[in-house]
Amino acid sequence: MPSLDQVLALNGGALKLRSQRLNMLASNIANASTPGYKAKDLDFDRAMQQAQNGSSVEKAASDHTGFRVPLQPSLDGNTVELAVEQTLFAENAIQYRTTLSFLNGQVSSIKRALKGE
Amino acid sequence: MNVFDVASRAMSAQMVRLNTTASNLASARTDYASKDEAYRAMRPVFRAVMEDNMATVDVERVVQTDAEPQKRYDPTNPIADKEGYVWEAAVDETAELIDMLETARNYQNNVQVLQTAKSLILETVRNQ
Repeated sequence: MPSLDQVLALNGGALKLRSQRLNMLASNIANASTPGYKAKDLDFDRAMQQAQNGSSVEKAASDHTGFRVPLQPSLDGNTVELAVEQTLFAENAIQYRTTLSFLNGQVSSIKRALKGE
Repeated sequence: MNVFDVASRAMSAQMVRLNTTASNLASARTDYASKDEAYRAMRPVFRAVMEDNMATVDVERVVQTDAEPQKRYDPTNPIADKEGYVWEAAVDETAELIDMLETARNYQNNVQVLQTAKSLILETVRNQ
């Protein structure tokens, strides 16, 4: 029988990765007008795959973090494009909420099972 | 450092930028008796601060731009020199207004980041 950790590992790990990505996108938005700043992002799908294959979430996140390739390079070397960052930030927030509701669903199923409802 | 530090420090930096823009606009169109004392537009220098895989922004210093004050012939002006010239503050009002719009936009984006992060965290801790 799988332990509780194993049952919750998938969505728990996904939630951690989502929150790390949120931090990265927030950093990009914060540096929208810093000359020379290079926007970073996390490849969620690949990081998630690595985490599922037994790697720690932290290692998976750092392995799949890279610099963004800008659609249009700017003169001051800054690669933050606000439209892109805002869209990804909003998308990531929704994905965080989705993962959170899956996780809550799992937790409430386990609770119901324990109560014998 | 967490997402709140990132957004709030970025907001402070944008606030410094808004303040320098306000100073520049307030000093625009003022005349000076000599080129040396004429006002030159100020501009903050932003620098990314990296910590724990996150980056926020600080104002490294505020510099004076190298825009040259313009000489204008205005002999009736009481501060005009012997030849009748005064120097105008070196402020490009159009550029300042555009800069102000960009600053406001960046500030708003950080407020939005703060609100989203806050509601996500609240939703996460609220769930039983």
